[in-house]
Amino acid sequence: MSFEIPKETNAGKVRTITLGATPEKGGTRSQTVKIGGSTSSPFHFFEGENPHPPVVAMEVFDQVPAKYPDFLRDHYRDVIDKPSAMAKKCVDEYGADLISVRLEGTHPEKGNRSAEEAAEIVKQVLESVSVPIIVTGHSHFEKINEVMKKVCEATAGENCLINYVETDNYKTIAAACLAYKHTLVAQTPIDVNLAKQLNILLTDMNFPAEKIVMDPLTGTLGYGLEYTYSIMERIRNDGLAGDKMLAFPMLINPGYETFRVKESRSSEKEYPEWGDLEARGAYWEIATTMSLLVAGAELIIMYHPRAVGVVKKKIEEMFVPKKGN
Amino acid sequence: MALSGLDIFKLLPKTNCGDCGVPTCMAFAMKLAQKKAELSECPHASEEAKATLGAASEPPIRLVKIGNENTLEIGNETVMFRHDKTFFHPTGIAIELRSSEDQEKLLSKIKEIEQHQVERVGEKLKTDLFFITQDSQDKGDFLKAIKLVKQNSAKGIILDCSDKDSLEEALEILKDDRPAIFLRQELTEQDIELAKKSQASLILTAQSFEELAGQTEKARSAGLNDLILNLESQGVGHQLQDNTVLRRSALKKNFKSFGYPLLSYIQAEDGLELIAKASVFLCKYDSVIVLPRYDKALLYALFTLRQNIYTDPQKPIQVDPKVYPIGEPTPESPVFVTTNFSLTYFIVSGEIENSGLSAHLVVADTEGQSVLTAWAAGKFVGEKVAKFIKDIKLEQQVKTRKIVIPGFVSQISGDLEEHLPGWEVIVGCQEASDIPSFVKKVKLT
Repeated sequence: MSFEIPKETNAGKVRTITLGATPEKGGTRSQTVKIGGSTSSPFHFFEGENPHPPVVAMEVFDQVPAKYPDFLRDHYRDVIDKPSAMAKKCVDEYGADLISVRLEGTHPEKGNRSAEEAAEIVKQVLESVSVPIIVTGHSHFEKINEVMKKVCEATAGENCLINYVETDNYKTIAAACLAYKHTLVAQTPIDVNLAKQLNILLTDMNFPAEKIVMDPLTGTLGYGLEYTYSIMERIRNDGLAGDKMLAFPMLINPGYETFRVKESRSSEKEYPEWGDLEARGAYWEIATTMSLLVAGAELIIMYHPRAVGVVKKKIEEMFVPKKGN
Repeated sequence: MALSGLDIFKLLPKTNCGDCGVPTCMAFAMKLAQKKAELSECPHASEEAKATLGAASEPPIRLVKIGNENTLEIGNETVMFRHDKTFFHPTGIAIELRSSEDQEKLLSKIKEIEQHQVERVGEKLKTDLFFITQDSQDKGDFLKAIKLVKQNSAKGIILDCSDKDSLEEALEILKDDRPAIFLRQELTEQDIELAKKSQASLILTAQSFEELAGQTEKARSAGLNDLILNLESQGVGHQLQDNTVLRRSALKKNFKSFGYPLLSYIQAEDGLELIAKASVFLCKYDSVIVLPRYDKALLYALFTLRQNIYTDPQKPIQVDPKVYPIGEPTPESPVFVTTNFSLTYFIVSGEIENSGLSAHLVVADTEGQSVLTAWAAGKFVGEKVAKFIKDIKLEQQVKTRKIVIPGFVSQISGDLEEHLPGWEVIVGCQEASDIPSFVKKVKLT
């Protein structure tokens, strides 16, 4: 029986974003990471181009999150509070494509670490690994502006991914990114219009569009995942349909969001029908990640080493141009 | 695929006889297009018109049922993206049982799976089907396994058995139970006979689109329409694309051969692989997922994903309006109040928990709306919140008289104090994520 595959082509294309910089470009990374560039829905090789596979970053901390589960701690033991050593372990042993340094400890209520100290930590991580770096902040505007300015300056030319700015607080950090040649995450709360608006605000201040990654805000499994999922599909579809202010690659945070919810921290003793805790935590992070991958996520920040392993393997399996059939 | 009024008009006799009760054929065609009339009202409709309009009114993806007592309904989906409308019939989750397994073990497994359920946001989440595989020579083992399931569970059954004698006897046992037959090989005349006799649905397996279309056409022309498609793709990436092609062909090209729900039997080395694949297939169009084993932690993640993806994007999930204890509250612990939109509830309760404080969280009935929306609609105002607090007799349950309201509705504080005499209303932070720092700054106990 004859059958013709119904293909849909798109006018638009997701922008290609380069993270990190090699010595020729003013940085010290051994290689850069590219994301974006797709002309179709995620992994639809049969009807479009998907030049760059999604990448997995792992996160290290200036201060370990209060709710960080013990079973995760067990994977890192002596390096959990040494960001540069933990980063090295994530890259060498777990195959992280990038490292995110979370600077929660600079928050005035969570340690109030100084901007200088934060910049020092980021520099140490840059020295210990050769992959591109993401610098992840928080929402205390005044403090994070000061911290990110310092970090941008101290890492000038490295093309770090500065994570994040939001609609109410973008100018200072965007200006610092621009001055010291970094890439920027534009975060908005699960809303297509707000996402588009922030991208317009940024490009209106002459921030280059090819230096923007979108964060539509991750709701983990059971905590708003469906909203994130559909917003991402809509952003991807609109971007492909030709809306240039939505045609950016997207970042998600399944690690951070998963390992603070009850389902990844409560024991089987407490909830027998929930099953084994550590497995459940990993499953939760994987289910969040895999569903958002098919919705369009291209840069994923994860926590559980075994979840990272399986997600990387699946990305490899999904990233095969169509053969046969 | 919907026909326009003009398309329908072309199929009508164009005599304007009025026998249908409408003065002109054009007017009747318009009514048909709007589904306000039926073609049978026209006594002169041609066979061609009947066939064309009949086909057009069929759903593009057929609704298929498995099981009799606890019936699983799958298919009848209408969109590629859930944000375009909604996904209607949640993916059925089947657990495989093998006939070679020891009877005792099999029995306890069946009982455990039958009883297993998890409650989440007021919904009871559970598996839907048993997938029974004949993997031993002995026909008796297979039939015993089926009987064990039938005696101990009301869930539907999928039979996976290449020996036609065993299959025939199995179908006899399940003659009133509307099972499904999983065919690993190409559809044969014998399969068609068995399906017709037993009213079982058929799960067709193929390695290519053409082969699959050939098999569904064979089944359809034999009058069988309760079909489920199992295209064996090479790996998760191909399957994601193949499932998209199948769904798109059915919905957008009205390609009847693929207008049926999809099934995957997932093979995986371990639980991590299994959940990774199942998550992709659940999002991208599988109506039945067969898991090779029972794993509670994995099921909880998969159930939750199914609940998330199959939630109607237009209708927020609600949690039960009542008082929720956060941590281990005492009568002196403070009271927080918020709305019963599930996401609001999850975020607020999670952040109170993160703050380390124990508290009573009053979730008022706002019909699932979030704080600002509910306030704007007059559902989250002082008087109504006060009435709810009185109705649930909170004043008898707690000794504290401090209540924290969301920062976004500071306007209601005066009104609330007026309707709740004796209470101190404290305006909280606007964002839930600021709750941990808020409780450090404000004395609540």
